[in-house]
Amino acid sequence: MSESLPRRDFVKAAALGSLVIAITGTGCRRLSEEARGPSAPVGPPFEPVVYVRLDPSGTVTIVCPRSEMGQGIRTTLAMIVADEMEADWKDVTIVQAPGDEKKYGSQNTDGSTSIRDFLPKYREAGATVRALLEAAAAKEWNVPVAEVEAQNGRVVHSSSRRSLPFGKLVATASTLPIPAAASLKLKHPSQFRYIGKEVPSLDLHDMTTGKATFGQDLRRDGMKIAVVARPLVYGGKVATLDSSDAEKVPGVERIVRLPEASPPSGFQTLGGVAVVATNTWAAMQGRRKLKITWTDGPNGSYDSEQYRTQLEQTVRKPGKVVRSQGDTRRALASAPTRVSADYYLPHLAHAPMEPPAALAVFENGRCETWSCTQNPGGVRETIATALGIKVEDVTANVTLLGGGFGRKSKPDYVVEAALLAKEMGAPVKVVWTREDDIQHDFYHTVAAEHLEGGIDANGRVTSWLQRSALPSIGALFAPNVLYQAEWEVGQGMTDFPYAVPNYQAEMGPAPAHARIGWYRSVVNIPHAFAIGSFIDELAHAAGKDPREFLLELLGPDRIVNMSEAGLTGKPWNYGDSFESHPLDTGRLRRVVELSTSEAGWGQPLPAGRGRGLAVHRSFLSYVAMVIEVEVKPDGSLLIPRVDVAADGGFIANPDRVKAQFEGATIMGLSNALYGEITFREGRPVQSNFNAYQVTRMHVAPRDIRVHLVPSEAKPGGIGEPGVPPVAPALSNAIFAATGRRIRSLPVGDQLAKPEDRAPVKTVG
Amino acid sequence: MQLFINGERRTFEGDAAMPLLWYLRDELGLTGTKFGCGIGACGACTVHLEGTAVRSCSTPMQVLDGKHIITIEGLDANGNHPVQVAWRAANVPQCGYCQSGQIMQAVALLESTPHPTDDEIDTAMQGNICRCGTYVRIRSAIHAAAQGAAS
Repeated sequence: MSESLPRRDFVKAAALGSLVIAITGTGCRRLSEEARGPSAPVGPPFEPVVYVRLDPSGTVTIVCPRSEMGQGIRTTLAMIVADEMEADWKDVTIVQAPGDEKKYGSQNTDGSTSIRDFLPKYREAGATVRALLEAAAAKEWNVPVAEVEAQNGRVVHSSSRRSLPFGKLVATASTLPIPAAASLKLKHPSQFRYIGKEVPSLDLHDMTTGKATFGQDLRRDGMKIAVVARPLVYGGKVATLDSSDAEKVPGVERIVRLPEASPPSGFQTLGGVAVVATNTWAAMQGRRKLKITWTDGPNGSYDSEQYRTQLEQTVRKPGKVVRSQGDTRRALASAPTRVSADYYLPHLAHAPMEPPAALAVFENGRCETWSCTQNPGGVRETIATALGIKVEDVTANVTLLGGGFGRKSKPDYVVEAALLAKEMGAPVKVVWTREDDIQHDFYHTVAAEHLEGGIDANGRVTSWLQRSALPSIGALFAPNVLYQAEWEVGQGMTDFPYAVPNYQAEMGPAPAHARIGWYRSVVNIPHAFAIGSFIDELAHAAGKDPREFLLELLGPDRIVNMSEAGLTGKPWNYGDSFESHPLDTGRLRRVVELSTSEAGWGQPLPAGRGRGLAVHRSFLSYVAMVIEVEVKPDGSLLIPRVDVAADGGFIANPDRVKAQFEGATIMGLSNALYGEITFREGRPVQSNFNAYQVTRMHVAPRDIRVHLVPSEAKPGGIGEPGVPPVAPALSNAIFAATGRRIRSLPVGDQLAKPEDRAPVKTVG
Repeated sequence: MQLFINGERRTFEGDAAMPLLWYLRDELGLTGTKFGCGIGACGACTVHLEGTAVRSCSTPMQVLDGKHIITIEGLDANGNHPVQVAWRAANVPQCGYCQSGQIMQAVALLESTPHPTDDEIDTAMQGNICRCGTYVRIRSAIHAAAQGAAS
């Protein structure tokens, strides 16, 4: 089980002579001051979000409040604190915080926010400890503090050649006043010891030896294992149940009915029939022997092929205007060249390598859970609602996550464990199989996008219309939601950065018939595919090189003024303001230039090969991608090389940032090449990796080169922004290689079949 | 029936149809071998059966009488098999979940093909899915392990 260190242990540590610093929204405090409680007259409310502990032994313990799912956050947060405090890396350990959002702030590891949210606070924490240790050493030696310096785990007084290890200074440092935040001297980047350097991940040894513990690996004495038969149709209910054969399976202990959900069901469970057994295999065998008939409800007629037709018809009609500048209709009508195209992207399943799993114990009215969750705060709230207990009576411990991608932000599987633990009066681990994972996901939405563009006699884009229809994630939480929220159209559509004088964005109605949820990069995926593909289509219609055309479309370097952009609603900037994180077309231009120059854009390629380019800003970061593709005569693909250029602002852990872009490229290829969940009679058709294909080694690019733009700008997101440019860059590369335009994802076997429509529709 | 797990003799008397995966994970607590798909389609559960990489989720106990099985826990006492070392040098894992299976598959590849080409790596490793997308680093780590073993 991943190590958890609750607050009481930190209080105890402080009492036992360790130095414990809590970093709050309003500065640092020693932990003993917290004990006075929120009613004590100590000024602003005390809201610590980060804990750092230094023991007399010299061990530095840093609490990680966000979930580790492969992005390296545990290592990166430790690097930041250790660097500012001048700790020796070998002394640094990290512990995973349980859910406590009053203390840590939002712990939902979602939206590519961890470094955005925590960089300044973690630097301040490290610098605070360093200042305290330097002051303590100066006091011990009776020298001016300016003469001493912390260096890699020791404080040094060079003129007298004295030094003391950090641990020996803990006692004195604990008696000194916490320095004011304004007095702290943060390091100059040239002084960084870990930040910006390659540091091996803290979990690397465990992950290469099988010792790393994930949710599926949880074990506890007396633990039961449960698998659940859930309705395959969203909103379906058990009509009849015969569990007699299941009960005969050796090891099966009980069959438990879980109440079914009625849409919109939010993060609550789908309900169904649980088989509780002494071991996993028995539980699975028991579930196979359940005889259940279902009442499907209104979503039982959901058919994704018919729904596609419905969405495509929707986007061919005028929709609700969400942004408008100039007179797009008139400009389109009078353009000498008009181009229009429709794009389609199906539902996707997250399919993290670790299917969801959770362990729960219910005792004395309190519930404690351990799970691979991105969202321990959501775990607590959802369980409190489901069990009718107080949030304070739910403990949510966090293991390592075997991938998350947004799936594990939704705690339904943890709630199942809680319900069953209460019912059984014993610890219960709920295990999801791969079939459960793929057939009961919170699916990535399904989208149709209609684009029209007008080009003048000089090949310049004078008008642009985008119409988007896709079921909103809002439908998970409220009935009758038909339109995208502001934050959804704001993910890559209404933040359109290009210099087009007549621009209009509209959205059409799209009811949800399945659970829709966040999937890595979210609605940027369809919006970026449509825009990135259409720019390439316009470039070819204008007879220009796609790179030159794209740079021209960006216009002069400028900050796009979103308050004068003709938005009908509020602008969305990933929870931040456009003042603090402007939309900067110069940064878009630079990543385009960097990726294309590194990729050798314009250099000739053998027949059957082509390069495609796309750029997209999302989660406050700027990413351009050049994909080189080889299409063989049988329609199969090889990807010799991908050049990713990314400007994510200040980078703390460049190796993990590069790894995120490598991984985003692979995941983007999975989305584009294979990703598709279809529904028939309300039921997802695919159920495992045999039918729901993802990128494998032989399809992975031979070379992915990640080029990071050095920047002192505030950090943007890293985990998600690499995904959106992949599909359009790939599609554009396929067009360059073959003249075939992919407008409907996935690529699948389209290239093995004859083309069924003209490559570019040009009118006028 | 008897079998040998990481060199240790074990007796098994349960459901002969149960896959080896659940024996390792539920009964022996060897949770380094992961559950990913249950149908032999992802490779997360890869172990060595008599030196050959197999999917433990699709290997029933009944075929294992007298057989020797090595799991990630038994690969090297200190976790320092050349492939594990190469994996760490390239900082391969992201979430880490598939990596036991990837490492076991790579070890089997290098035992049969000490100096694999990219194509040979692609063929041998295509049954092991990594959803985080560490494939490019896996390729380079396998090449590094091959070179390390040669030097």
